[in-house]
Amino acid sequence: MSGTSLVTARERALAVLGGEPDDATLRRYLHGIAGVDAVGLEQRAAGLGTRSIKTSSKKWALDRIISLVDLTTLEGADTPGKVRSLVAKAMNPDPADATTPRVAAVCVYGDMVPYAVDALGSVHGDPDDGLISVAAVATAFPSGRSSLEIKLADTAEAVANGADEIDMVIDRGAFLAGRYGLVFDQIAAVKEACRRPDGTSASLKVILETGELVTYDNVRRASWLSILAGGDFIKTSTGKVQPAATLPVTLLMLEVVRDWHLMTGQRIGVKPAGGIRASKDAIKYLVTVAETVGEEWLQPHLFRFGASSLLNDVLLQRQKMATGHYSGADYVTID
Amino acid sequence: MSFLEYAPAPESRAILSLRDEYGLFIDGEFVDGRGTPFQSVSPASEERIATIANANAADVDDAVAAARRAHDRVWSRMTGRDRGKYLFRIARLVQERARELAVAESLDNGKPIKESRDVDVPLVAAWFFYYAGWADKLDYAGLGANPKALGVAAQVIPWNFPLLMLAWKIAPALAAGNTVVLKPAETTPLTALIFAEIVQQADLPPGVVNIITGAGDTGAALVGHDGVDKVAFTGSTAVGRAIAKQVAGTHKKVTLELGGKAANIVFDDAPIDQAIEGIVNGIFFNQGHVCCAGSRLLVQESIHDEVVERLKQRLSTLRLGDPLDKNTDIGAINSREQLERIRELSDAGVAEGAERWSAPCEIPENGFWYAPTIFTNVQTSNRIAREEIFGPVLSVLTFRTPQEAIAKANNTPYGLSAGIWTDKGSRILAVADQLRAGVVWANTFNRFDPSSPFGGYKESGYGREGGRHGLGAYLSPASVTSSGRTAPRAVEASSAASGDEKPSKRTRRPARPAKKGAAK
Repeated sequence: MSGTSLVTARERALAVLGGEPDDATLRRYLHGIAGVDAVGLEQRAAGLGTRSIKTSSKKWALDRIISLVDLTTLEGADTPGKVRSLVAKAMNPDPADATTPRVAAVCVYGDMVPYAVDALGSVHGDPDDGLISVAAVATAFPSGRSSLEIKLADTAEAVANGADEIDMVIDRGAFLAGRYGLVFDQIAAVKEACRRPDGTSASLKVILETGELVTYDNVRRASWLSILAGGDFIKTSTGKVQPAATLPVTLLMLEVVRDWHLMTGQRIGVKPAGGIRASKDAIKYLVTVAETVGEEWLQPHLFRFGASSLLNDVLLQRQKMATGHYSGADYVTID
Repeated sequence: MSFLEYAPAPESRAILSLRDEYGLFIDGEFVDGRGTPFQSVSPASEERIATIANANAADVDDAVAAARRAHDRVWSRMTGRDRGKYLFRIARLVQERARELAVAESLDNGKPIKESRDVDVPLVAAWFFYYAGWADKLDYAGLGANPKALGVAAQVIPWNFPLLMLAWKIAPALAAGNTVVLKPAETTPLTALIFAEIVQQADLPPGVVNIITGAGDTGAALVGHDGVDKVAFTGSTAVGRAIAKQVAGTHKKVTLELGGKAANIVFDDAPIDQAIEGIVNGIFFNQGHVCCAGSRLLVQESIHDEVVERLKQRLSTLRLGDPLDKNTDIGAINSREQLERIRELSDAGVAEGAERWSAPCEIPENGFWYAPTIFTNVQTSNRIAREEIFGPVLSVLTFRTPQEAIAKANNTPYGLSAGIWTDKGSRILAVADQLRAGVVWANTFNRFDPSSPFGGYKESGYGREGGRHGLGAYLSPASVTSSGRTAPRAVEASSAASGDEKPSKRTRRPARPAKKGAAK
């Protein structure tokens, strides 16, 4: 998959904002968006969580979850061997069942991208075609605390090494200080750094780190800001800060994406990441996507789960649906 | 396949062990009724559920006499602490049998199982728990030390929340030391009869709770019975008015909880996504069969088009169908009669020039159904903006200033509830202060809690249910004689039409001092 072109993103932002994306203009725009009532949002999310997904719907949902997973390892202890193991799991999640779909992508640190690309071989490609992308976290992940030059170099290196998707973090400090223009410019610059020599561009996921933004109003504003600045995806969390992805936060981001689509016709992706471990929870996210933005969002270029242990729980549920009984942790592989 | 066409997820009916016939629950036992029995049908399929006994005047006599005996001999002599224990026991049994009660409620009433399971039944348990706690603390109910129960309460409840309205009536009455004769609505007697089984299971002394089934004439006989001291009614304003006339000039204390035409006011700075949810919950919850439903949407003119557009999109995702399916959002209309009324008023709306839009959903062949409907271009003089429709029909009106919103919201013969949607806290307080409605919700709608009083202004009735205020409807201040004891006064036994009534010593409270703290 590839990102949207930079020129249109900037032009679109200028048209929407009615001026240059400086602090004052962005503040006027972002603070003019209707607020969020926390109680109501959480109540709606809880309501969506009570949908009862059974039999054929559940079967479809489990397979779809697998094909939407960004299988992730983001540890200081990561090694090429660990990444190769992850890739093998991504390509063939359940060795006992060949009908199991592949995951959408593997998500690794920038220096691990060459090993992931190498291990994927011919399977490396667009997940919409059933292949597997390589996503790299960049921009001084997870804190984002470094100079713009280093963030851009981090990004450019990952793209040069073959990353198809860049998961960047926003500068939460700048956002909370009201320096929206700075955050906008950084996202736009990273977007530029995603460009490849051939003119195509890696897809850009913008991580809001909602656990540090704390309020839903902030999450909504950061979502709009990231989309305006050219993000192809908005992503909840790094997974390094608690709380990570929650259903209300994801619902809120989906509502922004829905409103943006109504306004511009452009479809933006959403990626909840961190903390989604059970199939049952993941199904709640599918329901929330389908009932908020529509079913067409349930494909790899518009929705992802950032997860690692989720995959095995889905595989266990999948085996249970096939055989009628639960197996156990030793019947799925560790990666 | 389409994921959104969720595979059927019906709640199992196996948990129900319904009898084929139900009698009247009098003096702790099920007995035959002497009227002509009737059938209770499921509004979703029109299938027969059970045959229900019909109480005639003689049965009403028996029930009132049983309640009187239980009051005089047992319940009024028991300590509040012991009454509380029974109420806690009932609350726990409701929780234990929650799934069964939810299935029965959805089957009999037509409301979606997710509502009976997640709203009705948990609130029923909460109501009993709450008032169980009050039973030994009546000195703090606001009526001074040692307040007294009224005696026998006649309670008539509607079909929209059959079990919840039962709890609203029975829990405070029992906590305060009254005994009750309750008549559930003709179309929804099932959960009240299962509740009678719970009463047996809880080993409540016979006669403390009596449940008699029947139609309007049974209710009239109960309300008009000389042996009752208190009448509590929830239902239509027309019937409420008749009851008020019937009991005027008698010793009976009355509380009425009647209709409504609530304004749900959406200001242009409202949290819009939550406001849409609140509007939907306000009028489409329980198919709009809610007396406090937000049936008049007052939306600020500047955001009218956006709100209506978002509402239509949201309504298009509502799932109408089998009430027992766990994914159903909109269930069945409770009866053919009610469906006809909704149709008639909707047609009147079209005839008066309003624009009708109904959500595109498939209507099942059998049963009673009405698709969620919005009327735009509604004028304040239109019938659909004045009369209670009691169905899934929303009338959208606009306003320009807060003053206009308040004036329009108050311009109704009713005054039960209202909603305010704005991000501005000061505006919530300023507007709420001027709304003449018993309940005002801010940035939410249709939320209930046993500690919060509920009741109306004007034609929405009088008295409050819930909270400390709700106790006031079932108590009178202690009337202290020189000996320091409340003086009982013997009264003649009412004419026992059946003739087989056991003789009982009847007592009645002395003349009450002016009502205090009970009703507004």
